[in-house]
Amino acid sequence: MLTLTVIVILGVMLVALLRAYTSPNVFDRILAANLFGTKTVLLIATISYLLGSPAYLDIALAYALINFISVIGVLRLTELRNARRDQEAEKP
Amino acid sequence: MRYIIGMVITLSLFWLINSGMYSGLLLTLGALSVLTVTWLLHRMDVVDHESIPLHLLFRAPPYLLWLAGQIVLSNLDLVRRVWRPGATTDPQVSRVALEQSSNICRVTYANSINLTPGTLTVEMGEDSLLVHTLSREGLESLTEGEMSRRVSKLEQ
Amino acid sequence: MSTILAWTSDACLLVGSFLLLTGALGFLRFNDFYARIHACGVTETLATALIILGLLLQSDSATPQFKLALILLFVLFSSPTASHALAKAAWNAGLRPRDNSGKRGIPLPPRER
Repeated sequence: MLTLTVIVILGVMLVALLRAYTSPNVFDRILAANLFGTKTVLLIATISYLLGSPAYLDIALAYALINFISVIGVLRLTELRNARRDQEAEKP
Repeated sequence: MRYIIGMVITLSLFWLINSGMYSGLLLTLGALSVLTVTWLLHRMDVVDHESIPLHLLFRAPPYLLWLAGQIVLSNLDLVRRVWRPGATTDPQVSRVALEQSSNICRVTYANSINLTPGTLTVEMGEDSLLVHTLSREGLESLTEGEMSRRVSKLEQ
Repeated sequence: MSTILAWTSDACLLVGSFLLLTGALGFLRFNDFYARIHACGVTETLATALIILGLLLQSDSATPQFKLALILLFVLFSSPTASHALAKAAWNAGLRPRDNSGKRGIPLPPRER
C-alpha cells in the first residue's frame, strides 16, 4: 500500500510539473508549483516509512515550512511587480 | 508575563519531543535555544494574546471538530463534481458579511472558508469578505452564516 | 489488534491516494484558475490528512507520530493562507473568475470591476 501511495504521489507531482511547464499565465504556474511542493512533503514522509527510517520525517517537516515561505515569497514578487507597473502606467 | 511563560513551555515541549536525545550537552543547548527564541520574540513584541491565544485553549476544540466534519463533507461534494462528466460547476463571486471584530477571529473565519474546498476567500475588507465559490449551494451555506456564528461564539 | 490497525492504515492510504488523483484530475479538468485552486484544496486538506493518518497508524513510537502530527498541522495552517495569497494576487493583477466553460466571465458583486 505504501508503494501504491508513493506511485500515486509521483504521478500527481508529474501532472503538476507538466502543468507548470505548459500553463499560460504566471499564477497557474505558481499554483502548480505549490501543489508540487505540498506533494513533496507527503512523498518524503511516505518514503521514510517505505524505507523504514524515521529520520526523513525531519526533512519533511522542514520542507513543509520552506514550501509555504517560497510560495509567499514568489507572490510578493509578482505583487510588487504589478504595483510597479501600475505606477509606471500612471506616469505620463 | 503569562504569555511569555506559555511561549517557553510550548517551545520546550516542541524541542524535547522533536529532539528525542537527552544528554546533558544537548539539553543545555536546547534550553539556550528556547531562551534565545523567547528573547527574540519578546524584542519583536509579538508575544501577546494573538500569538498565544490562551483564552481560546478550551473553546477551540469543539469548533475544530465541527470544522473537520465540514471539510469532509465539502471534500465529498467536490469529489462528486470532479468525477461526474459534463459541466458540474457553477462558480459564484459574492461579498459575505464579516461580523467578527477581533483580528484572530476574522483570520479564523477567513481561513476556515479557505480550508473547506469549494469556497475561497479572495479579498478581506473592513466588514466583508470577497468569496469565490464553486457552486450556488456553497455560497448559500456561507450567506446563511452558520460558520460565522460559530466563529463569533469563540470571540465571547 | 495490530491487523485491524494495519487494515485501517491501508484504507486511509488508499482513500487518500484516490483523493490525490481526484485533485489532480480536477486540476487538469477545470477551465478556470479559481476553480483549479479549489481542486488543489482537495489534495491539501483531506488527502493530506488521510495519508498522514495512515502513516501515523503504522508507527509504533511516539516521536515519529508527533512529527507527523506537526507536519499535518503546518500543512493545514499554511495551505489556506497560501491559496488566499494566490487568489488575492491573481485578483489584484486583474484576473477575473470565469464560468465553467472558461470563456465568459461571471457576474461580479456591485462595486467590483
